[in-house]
Amino acid sequence: MFTPHTENERQDMLRTIGVSNLDDLFQDVPAEYRYPHLELPPAMTEMEALDNLSYLAGANETTRDLACFLGAGAYNHYIPAAVDNLLQRGEFYSAYTPYQPEISQGTLQAIFEYQSLVAALTGMDVSNASHYDGATAVAEAGVMALNQFRFKRKKIVISPAVHPQYRQVLRTYLNGYKDLEFVGDEEDVDPLEDPVNLATLVDENTALLIIQYPDFFGRIYDYTQLVAKAHEAGALVAVAANPTALALIKAPGKFDADIVVGEGQPLGIPLSFGGPYLGLFATKKKYVRKIAGRLVGETTDAQGRKGYVLTLTAREQHIRRDRATSNICTNQGLMMLASTIYLSLLGKQGFRQVANLCYQKAHYAAQQIAEIPGYSVEATQPFFHEFIVKCPHSVEETNQHLLEHGILGGYDLGKDYPALNGHMLLAVTEMNSKHEIDVLCQALQEGSHD
Amino acid sequence: MNFPAELKYGTTDEWVRVEGDIAVIGITDRAQDHLSDVVFVEITVAVDDEVSKEDVGATIESVKAAADVNIPVSGKVVEINEALADAPETVNADPYGAAWMIKIKMSDASELDSMLDAKAYEALED
Repeated sequence: MFTPHTENERQDMLRTIGVSNLDDLFQDVPAEYRYPHLELPPAMTEMEALDNLSYLAGANETTRDLACFLGAGAYNHYIPAAVDNLLQRGEFYSAYTPYQPEISQGTLQAIFEYQSLVAALTGMDVSNASHYDGATAVAEAGVMALNQFRFKRKKIVISPAVHPQYRQVLRTYLNGYKDLEFVGDEEDVDPLEDPVNLATLVDENTALLIIQYPDFFGRIYDYTQLVAKAHEAGALVAVAANPTALALIKAPGKFDADIVVGEGQPLGIPLSFGGPYLGLFATKKKYVRKIAGRLVGETTDAQGRKGYVLTLTAREQHIRRDRATSNICTNQGLMMLASTIYLSLLGKQGFRQVANLCYQKAHYAAQQIAEIPGYSVEATQPFFHEFIVKCPHSVEETNQHLLEHGILGGYDLGKDYPALNGHMLLAVTEMNSKHEIDVLCQALQEGSHD
Repeated sequence: MNFPAELKYGTTDEWVRVEGDIAVIGITDRAQDHLSDVVFVEITVAVDDEVSKEDVGATIESVKAAADVNIPVSGKVVEINEALADAPETVNADPYGAAWMIKIKMSDASELDSMLDAKAYEALED
């Protein structure tokens, strides 16, 4: 093991802080926890370890082996080979935002392009350099809105059709703030209620209304009226959007959303058992000094050459200290880059084509499933690539049956919404062939008799 | 550097001009000089707010720092200088005039007694 300090240096440091030996530093840790006995198997050689790990990895069922109809916030999309290839170039291969940023012009330019793409996609003026994932981006929207009103407005209205994990993370994140009130997603609320009714909850004490687009159940609503009503009460509105859907449906900026957040995983980032993912965050220009995270701007140097800089840094905690809106001053560098490469490779047309394939295939699947006796598709509202299916048996049983046919079934909505026991959320993307959808329908049909 | 004799000064670089029962608040020539080019001013209190001595009344951002403006006297906000949002450079150009920030109807004018006069403020070390 490499340790940079000599014994003499260690003694010097101990003397300086006034303890006699290293153990004194750990006296607050009960002795029995300092060197716990670990039940570890005997050490393996590299060859044995690799063999063992390969065996364990082989036990995984991946989306390559199964036909995947699971979504609920993370989606199985095709990732062009060039994305990974470019990501792994030495010049780019770092997960972290550069600490000496201006020397990394390539990284800054990539962030600038990313911000431009997200702003265009969401219809907003400005995007930051990204957050960790969709859930933390939602939470940062909450932090920003509370700061915008200097904590004089203490209520956040949140739709029950916002991803359950986003709602949890929002509450965890805001745990330390006093006297906040979260309303709209209480357990006795009908999760499928028309979101326009949320307007009645927005009042002069409301800092933020949070809605999802398409919502967690895949449904697309025109939020124009709802946003206008929230604005009448002076509240801000955050829209958690699926970026792929934005290739087809109206950008939230067009219906006057104040903040657009979202999970960027669908943009060229593998499912990877839940992460690393990418948090999108965009807003209107007038709120730019209240946003968390890093921002890259384009400028010219003394000789008139184009260059990139970190800008508006006085918002951040290393300058504004405890008065900063957020203590986030990093971004999701590598995933941000992946999404930038992905969107650039697909282009406007290709990206729309992906979204359209998702839409068409999902609608074909919904149509077919609706015809299977015992199942019903609950889609009274336009939807994108995800929809609710009511199953004749429990979702767990249904999914077990599907798995036996090589199919990864939908999300069990009963886990988060007791009222939706026996309801499954199915996602269809461009990765699902017509054949796969037909096999799914066949398996569902067989499953209904069991 | 200019420290008008008719003003009162706070140790955190605010000035107060008393106009009857109204206290007009801004930041000093020294403060604007230390901050250098001011690029953003946000008044963080609103008209009719009740404020207490030492509350934060505004935040100022310059090309090299961000600073808070502390309110030196308790009372009720009667006016804020909204023009600064669009013309933050006024803070550098005219700190005692056009760059006033907040007017407060004082509830206890004796709080001003602890403030410094121009000489004492000028004598403070940079």
